Amino acid sequence: VRFLPAGDLAVLVEFDEEISVEVNTRVRALEFLIQQKGLPGVVETVPAFRSLLVYYDPRAVGYDALCASIAELSPQATTAVLPPSRLVELPCCYDDPELGFDLAAAARRLGLSTAELVKLHSDAEYLVYFIGFTPGLPYMTGMPDPLTIARLPTPRTKTPAGSVGIGGTQCCVYSVESPGGFWILGRTPLRLYDPAAPEPILLRPGDRVRFRATDRGEYDRIAARVDARAYVPVIT
Amino acid sequence: MRILDPGPQTTVQDLGRFGQLRYGIPPSGPVDGFAFVLANRLVGNPDGAAALECTLVGPRFEVSASCAVAVTGADMPVTVNGREAPGWTTLALRPGDTVKLGPARAGVRSYVAFSGGLEVPPVMGSRSTYLRGRLGGLEGRALRKEDRLRVVAAPPPRPWRVARRALPDYTGEPTVRVVLGPQADRFTQTGIDALLGSAYAMLPQSDRMGARLSGERITHARGHDIFSDGIALGSIQVPGDGQPIVLLVDRQSTGGYTKVATVCSFDVGRVGQVRPGQSLRFRALTVHEAHRLLRESDAVLEAGLREEIA
Repeated sequence: VRFLPAGDLAVLVEFDEEISVEVNTRVRALEFLIQQKGLPGVVETVPAFRSLLVYYDPRAVGYDALCASIAELSPQATTAVLPPSRLVELPCCYDDPELGFDLAAAARRLGLSTAELVKLHSDAEYLVYFIGFTPGLPYMTGMPDPLTIARLPTPRTKTPAGSVGIGGTQCCVYSVESPGGFWILGRTPLRLYDPAAPEPILLRPGDRVRFRATDRGEYDRIAARVDARAYVPVIT
Repeated sequence: MRILDPGPQTTVQDLGRFGQLRYGIPPSGPVDGFAFVLANRLVGNPDGAAALECTLVGPRFEVSASCAVAVTGADMPVTVNGREAPGWTTLALRPGDTVKLGPARAGVRSYVAFSGGLEVPPVMGSRSTYLRGRLGGLEGRALRKEDRLRVVAAPPPRPWRVARRALPDYTGEPTVRVVLGPQADRFTQTGIDALLGSAYAMLPQSDRMGARLSGERITHARGHDIFSDGIALGSIQVPGDGQPIVLLVDRQSTGGYTKVATVCSFDVGRVGQVRPGQSLRFRALTVHEAHRLLRESDAVLEAGLREEIA
């Protein structure tokens, strides 16, 4: 690992320069070890693809001492130390053009039928590398190769929260309404970020995610229960 | 406390929401922590009591019970019932008193603390408002006319004021200290020299998420995109156009642009007080020098500020 100062309150711990499950797993394992050991002076941590940003209190620990204790932990940072990950089911309505407004166009572009595209997308299991950029937004891997697609030539200025999209080799679920260049295949009625809920964030780094295809009727029923705070997400 | 006129952006803040960046939620809290903490201390509060952050123009509000308030930060003219009152000073209010903060003559953000602190429900451990995420504070939004906020009852504090010599100067062209990196190696020497050798002007699009600056181009050595990583407080992100953005308390938790340097925590507040059109300069320190200056800045806050008043 390599240590790079990020001002006087944080240090960036970098692993190999690649995006892979292997490297990201080491990042999350290091984060877990730091939490578990309760390294003195550590305030909070932010995992990403191949780095961990460690916020610390320099009044409690010096830069060199902190880097040394992280360096000592890093060889143990492997899959073996991580607790079993959660599997989160996201219901997703693909077959309504009002929600999955790019489904047909994406299928044409990929040379698939919409049914094939939906099956490929919903049969896959995705891994959350990390959460970032906007509240609750997952950066995921695990998309089947045949779904690799160039991003939209003109990004949309507004994409509704819950939209499930693909772009490049990535699958994305919008946690808040935002601009973006993903092809929107469908929408989940669940809220990845809900500021009024007791637990505002649904997904966590390291979660596995599956999409379950629903029709519009079920989508609406789940959405109503989510509104009434009566829906319990399926997490195993 | 009742808001008669909210001003353009007045929010409830405490010291911030910590431990949530790994879920994409920024800390929020005051942009200028130094001024915020002093406002609370002036009314006898713990440093983290919830208070108001006001932007460019302050609010007008009325209190329905006796309490003390203090106004710090940007130089907004303060009046109580139409009569001029000093900033950086404990002010005792009686029921029915009206306080008004005018447009800032220097600086951008001012803080109004109330003895006892403002009572709003904590969300994820904090009362701070995160506007973009509609989280915390009063219903996750800026204050509006006729909003009512409860002030926690507290014994009247002993009045004092911050010593004149300790008052920050928000005019002129400040030099803010930075630590180079984490991605300084992605820039040319010419680019780094531009950052450390020229002045950058504040743009009006700046907000609590980031201070957007304009000046000499900070040139990249190889591309401006990186694999997204965490963004520290004060990170100076430089996208393809070579213009720096200093990321503040409502920043995105991660991002994919190179970051040439990071503003030291003790100077982040100063960046937040630079008005649109006003400019600033950067000077580089090592991490160890930054930690020494952080201790000095802590010491300034702890001692030598207090002037008792009758």
